[in-house]
Amino acid sequence: MSSLSDVANAKVQRAVSPRAQGTGLEARGIHAWFGKHHALADVSLDFAPGTVTALIGPSGCGKSTFIRTLNRMHEFIPSAAMAGEVLLDGKDVYAPGVDVTKIRLQIGMVFQKPNPFPSMTIGENVLSGLKLAQLKVENKDDLLEECLERAGLWKEVKDRLGAHGGSLSGGQQQRLCIARSLAVKPQVLLMDEPCSALDPGSTLRIEETIRQLSETMTIVIVTHNMQQAARVSDYTAFFLSDNGPGEMIEVAPTAEIFSRPKDKRTEDYVTGRFG
Amino acid sequence: MNEVKPTSPWKPSAKDKLRELVTFFGSMVASFTLVAVTELKGKLAYFVSFVFIYAAISAIYSFRRYGKATAKDSAVKVFIACGALLTIIPIASILQTIISKGYKGIRPNLFLSDMSMATPTDPLTNGGLLHAIVGTIIMIGGALILSVPIGILTALYLTEIKGRFTQPIRFLVQAMSGVPSIVAGLFILSAVVYPITKSSSGFMGSLALSILMIPTVARTSEEVLGLIPQDLREAGTALGGTQWRTVAMIVLPAAKSGLMTAVILGIARIAGETAPLLLLTGGGDRLNFNPFDDPMGSLPFYIWKSFLAGSEEAVTRAWAGLLVLVVVILILFVSARILSTRKVAR
Amino acid sequence: MTKAPAPREITTQPRRSDRIFRRIVTGGGLSSLGILGLITLFLGYRGYEIIASEGLSFITSSDWTVSYDENGNVTDSQFGLAAMLIGTILSAIVAVVVAVPVSVAMALYLNFYSPHALKKYLIAVIDMMAAFPSILFGIWGFLVLMPSAEYWGKLLNKYLGFIPIFEVNPYIFTRSPFIAGMVLAIMIIPIITSVSREVFSQTPLDRIQAAYALGATRWSMIKAVVIPYGKSGVIGGAMLGLGRAMGETVAVYTVLNIVFQINFKILLGAGGNVASLIILRFGEANLFEIKALMAAGLVLFGLTLVINAFAAVIVRRTGSSGR
Repeated sequence: MSSLSDVANAKVQRAVSPRAQGTGLEARGIHAWFGKHHALADVSLDFAPGTVTALIGPSGCGKSTFIRTLNRMHEFIPSAAMAGEVLLDGKDVYAPGVDVTKIRLQIGMVFQKPNPFPSMTIGENVLSGLKLAQLKVENKDDLLEECLERAGLWKEVKDRLGAHGGSLSGGQQQRLCIARSLAVKPQVLLMDEPCSALDPGSTLRIEETIRQLSETMTIVIVTHNMQQAARVSDYTAFFLSDNGPGEMIEVAPTAEIFSRPKDKRTEDYVTGRFG
Repeated sequence: MNEVKPTSPWKPSAKDKLRELVTFFGSMVASFTLVAVTELKGKLAYFVSFVFIYAAISAIYSFRRYGKATAKDSAVKVFIACGALLTIIPIASILQTIISKGYKGIRPNLFLSDMSMATPTDPLTNGGLLHAIVGTIIMIGGALILSVPIGILTALYLTEIKGRFTQPIRFLVQAMSGVPSIVAGLFILSAVVYPITKSSSGFMGSLALSILMIPTVARTSEEVLGLIPQDLREAGTALGGTQWRTVAMIVLPAAKSGLMTAVILGIARIAGETAPLLLLTGGGDRLNFNPFDDPMGSLPFYIWKSFLAGSEEAVTRAWAGLLVLVVVILILFVSARILSTRKVAR
Repeated sequence: MTKAPAPREITTQPRRSDRIFRRIVTGGGLSSLGILGLITLFLGYRGYEIIASEGLSFITSSDWTVSYDENGNVTDSQFGLAAMLIGTILSAIVAVVVAVPVSVAMALYLNFYSPHALKKYLIAVIDMMAAFPSILFGIWGFLVLMPSAEYWGKLLNKYLGFIPIFEVNPYIFTRSPFIAGMVLAIMIIPIITSVSREVFSQTPLDRIQAAYALGATRWSMIKAVVIPYGKSGVIGGAMLGLGRAMGETVAVYTVLNIVFQINFKILLGAGGNVASLIILRFGEANLFEIKALMAAGLVLFGLTLVINAFAAVIVRRTGSSGR
């Protein structure tokens, strides 16, 4: 399927952005369990600063589980267990004594369904992370504008920052959620199928936002939409579960994955012969 | 692939647990010392100083390790846990009192004789509460006969008919569950006893109790019937069943154990009801099997009477009666729990 | 262009058995309406004479006296519920003020703090407490709680006595509205806890996770997401508890000293309670005074009905929309 590789190749090729903070995120031998069910086996993956990495694969292959281990959201499921290490700036986020709330400040997350806090206005939503984590900022208005600008929402909402978040359209709400994640200045942003609940127009707007954000931060995006992976990502990792736990089959620069995948299973998947 | 063992690094380690335990007992010791050296006294002082010391220690530890936000979080955690403890303390105290005071009165003749030949000051070897147990059973039986059909019909209306009265009726059932028991008693008094029977009897008690029981049965049954998948009803109708036959042969049997739970919870609700019985049943001391004539005793009435009589023997009888009553309610309650774990039969 | 055909009207003619079935079920369903209506009707019918002759003073005055001549005929009577109503409301408010923080703490603990294994048992224990008979709370309250509660009352009076409602004069603390309120608080904790637990547990998971993903601590998550979502549910639960506390009879009767005098000092050993009044006077009342008690029952019924209706509306609104 040449169109996907064309899309991937047509992107402006660029070096790793020097403006990105930190030294990136590394996952080392991640396993995940839900009770007895072994959901994910031995995934090692590096996310260089300033890159966008797309995780693709059929449903139930452990992509979402994987990104939830990265910012320690995995442990909210009572029976969950894991193995391996997640290194942020070289330090294991699962090490004993690590302040988990700080980890989640540094590794932000955007969810599948837009979920602005309903009791707050648009402005309050964006700044809610500061309140939640009790951070101090000198100039809240500047930060508010900056975050909304980066999320590509400023022009649309600048005149109604006092309105409730629920009054926005779905796509706007999702960009509001992105802006909300940006306000606490994370190094890494995880996105769990951020566009699956949105229409194509909104999806394109979010993708633009992702491209712009990637200049300053590391982004990991789970997506079912291969077009989207091809459009936005620098690297793509293919996950698959073959009756056993989910595994990462292959990771490579996006153009390569879509034009000359090394693994037969990847090829089957990206060419649509399976899944 | 080499074998990897699952781990949960977010769970507290042995060291964390030990530290938690040390903090807990440390705060306890500190609160004891504080009460000993200062002028504070009493259980309240122990509890309050313990809570604040515990919260302070946890907060300081978290602050030094993680910072302000986490410090606040740990302090709040202590307060919330202690608030939760506050609800457990009365329950524990009630159970402890009832067992320690009640067991003295429990003896065989309690279950073999009534109070017709005994006075409140008689030793415990005289008299018993057989009449009260029998009366309670008969009255609950009467209430069951009246309220279970009405309660389940109400639930069926809400889940199967879904007519235009659904919202108002759901609302009224809710309102009815808040009717004070004394009002139910007064109502039967004014509507049945004065104009018709002109005397108190066990059945009057049953009438008042069923008013209190209907809402419990109706609401629990509604919940249970709502859990029956719509597919089942559609399947029944698609097979050519009328609505009546679908409900009778598919829906109700599927909800059987859940409906049992509803009935048991209803019984637990009324078993200890006292106020209406004081107005309506006359509370006789003699064994009486006829609910329609003559005063009838019951456990709550017996407890009430003995407690007010005030003599040492009578109060012991009251506690023994309470122990019997609570054990009965607990048995009902546990069986409801067991049944409700399988609300919908497969 | 042809005109689109008009939609056909579909009618179903249910079988006779179904028509009967539906009629019976509807009849059963309407019984709650019937019962509530009959309660109003009969209590109103019996109490009408008293309410008509006393007029508004039935709820504004606080005299309750009946005198008879030697033949047992009523010569003079005054029936006023004011002291009883105020006492009822006062102890119920004490109960709610004490019970709400404790119940909310318990509900939060159950949903967000308690270890998984413990949660199940705690819920069972709380539900069990709801099934305890009220006479048990009354006797336990009288023998076990009252001595402690009296001491707490004295402390309150010592440190907050400058606030009028905490004044005590004469210096009597036994059987005060405060103590009745404490017993009622323990009785309504299970109700408020279970309503609050339910609404808290309905907080959308994605919002909770969004807060955590922003680096929220557990408490800041609760403050930002759970409390705003569950607030009105807790208020509804508190009102349900208030209604229950107002209608409670025997538990209050055992721990409250009933005095026919309006008293706002909650620590003073003199209070009023409509339900307890009915039990207190019923034994020795003649048919005439019983009419007055019926009227008192009607007032109590109306009061609890209004509060319960409010509570039901509030709880339902949270449950269904929650914004």
